[in-house]
Amino acid sequence: MQEAIRIENVSVIYRPKGSRKLLRQYLQDRLTGRRDEGFYALHEVTLRVGRGEGLAVVGANGAGKSTLLAVLAGLLEPDEGAVQVDGRLSTLMELGSGFHPDLNGWENLRLYAAILGMARAEVKQRAEAIVDFAELHGYMEQPLRTFSSGMVLRLAFAVAVHADCDVLLIDEILAVGDAAFQKKCHRRLMELRDRGCTLVCVSHISAMLESLCGRGLWLHHGRAVMDASYQEVAAAYTSFMNGTDRHLWDALPAAPVRTAGA
Amino acid sequence: MARPGARQPAMRRSNLGFVVSELVLKDFKVRYRNMSLGVFWSLLNPLTMVALLTFVFTKIFRSQIPYYPLYVLCGLIPYNFFTLAWLTATTSVSENPALVKKVRMPTALLPLVSVLSNTIHLFIQLLLILALVAWYGIPVTWHYAWLPLIWGLELVFIYGLGLATSSLHVVVRDVRYVVESVNLVLFWLVPIFYSFAMVPPEFRSLYEFNPVAALVLATQNVILEHRSPRPVLVWKMTLVAGVFLLAGGWIFARLRKRFYRYL
Ligand SMILES: Nc1ncnc2c1ncn2[C@@H]1O[C@H](COP(=O)(O)OP(=O)(O)O)[C@@H](O)[C@H]1O
Ligand SMILES: [Mg+2]
Repeated sequence: MQEAIRIENVSVIYRPKGSRKLLRQYLQDRLTGRRDEGFYALHEVTLRVGRGEGLAVVGANGAGKSTLLAVLAGLLEPDEGAVQVDGRLSTLMELGSGFHPDLNGWENLRLYAAILGMARAEVKQRAEAIVDFAELHGYMEQPLRTFSSGMVLRLAFAVAVHADCDVLLIDEILAVGDAAFQKKCHRRLMELRDRGCTLVCVSHISAMLESLCGRGLWLHHGRAVMDASYQEVAAAYTSFMNGTDRHLWDALPAAPVRTAGA
Repeated sequence: MARPGARQPAMRRSNLGFVVSELVLKDFKVRYRNMSLGVFWSLLNPLTMVALLTFVFTKIFRSQIPYYPLYVLCGLIPYNFFTLAWLTATTSVSENPALVKKVRMPTALLPLVSVLSNTIHLFIQLLLILALVAWYGIPVTWHYAWLPLIWGLELVFIYGLGLATSSLHVVVRDVRYVVESVNLVLFWLVPIFYSFAMVPPEFRSLYEFNPVAALVLATQNVILEHRSPRPVLVWKMTLVAGVFLLAGGWIFARLRKRFYRYL
């Protein structure tokens, strides 16, 4: 099988206190050579995903799922390791990045499509299909602030799934709109996958996730603790989350990073 | 160190123009759609300043500069444009974490969008200058052909500066206040209410290296003096714009890796 994603020993270090500083603090730390302490948000993660495969990433809050997607998307450069992604990559990490409440439906559609990397001609060609998909005919002339939050998400989702892609990264946004719309989203994602688009989905365990993803990856404190078929990972993860052996895992905390000079 | 493999660019080159124009259009619509007086607001500030400066410098200080209100506008409009464009470019990255962390749009477009959005604003104000030119009956000459070039150079300069300060602003929070202070000082280093001829000769050559002052001088040359800017002035602008674009691009490229973690 051809590989669409290949990452090798990827580690990401976050230094929560090392982010934006005031000038005085920045200079002080620079001069004294102090390094802020950090931890591994991802620790030596190795992963291969084949073309057209669906991978579900599960794990508790703060396990590093979003960080992994950011690394795959090229939004975050890892501290160690190599990342390779083949083909056109698209993200569904937050619906409607760049939307503005004062613009109307059409304007937001164009804006979001442009931000996601579509061409002007593609947008023109697909606009009708997008509105059909979102079921928003008759609303598109209204400013976005008059839309219900469900309608906003529907519009955003519709735009995003009409972008061409070979790899699609989805972060916790599978549950959009009512049951009927969710079914539609699901069908669309299946369609994309069957056309050869690789899916990486961060989501909660659900029937929908199962049908999209044949494989599962379980992250815990930044480590890939299980990489197997979806059923196996889902079963193990669910029994862990409900189970009594959770305390065993606390013996495996996020690895701290030794700070220079400490 | 990470060795990113062969990765397709976030956006095809041909689509960059589309996203920039959509973002500029968004700024424009958002700014003007909800204002009953619309464009008038963007003229109010320069008009007030012109009235004030004209009163102070023609009635109190008795300046001998002809067409004083027009003279002031030729300085004030470029100055205002520069300060606003630079400030909004500086905050463009840190105020758009969603566009930096959630989608693969090239982040270097953000300061560019800020500069271009302010350029639309600028065009509206330039109409004010043309209106005054018509009102005074000052002839319009072929030297006006210089205006697109010198304004273009100014845009390049501000974009370079914006690349540097927008990325620095992500790392150090108070860069914004530094920018604001520099803008205040700059007001006195640009021939807005005094004339270039009053600058002592030994400082003039240095003074011209300030691209905002150079822009004002060139604009005055064209509109009030009916002549082309001196070649040395244009060369200086070109040099400074080129250096700032390269340096700004370099700084931005180095700091970009921290954006995801810091925002
Ligand atoms: N920019 C950041 N700087 C510092 N720490 C961060 C940053 N982003 C996330 N973290 C921390 O890193 C850990 C992993 O985050 P994340 O990948 O978002 O987890 P998940 O998506 O699995 O809930 C969390 O403990 C989170 O608080
Ligand atoms: Mg997350």
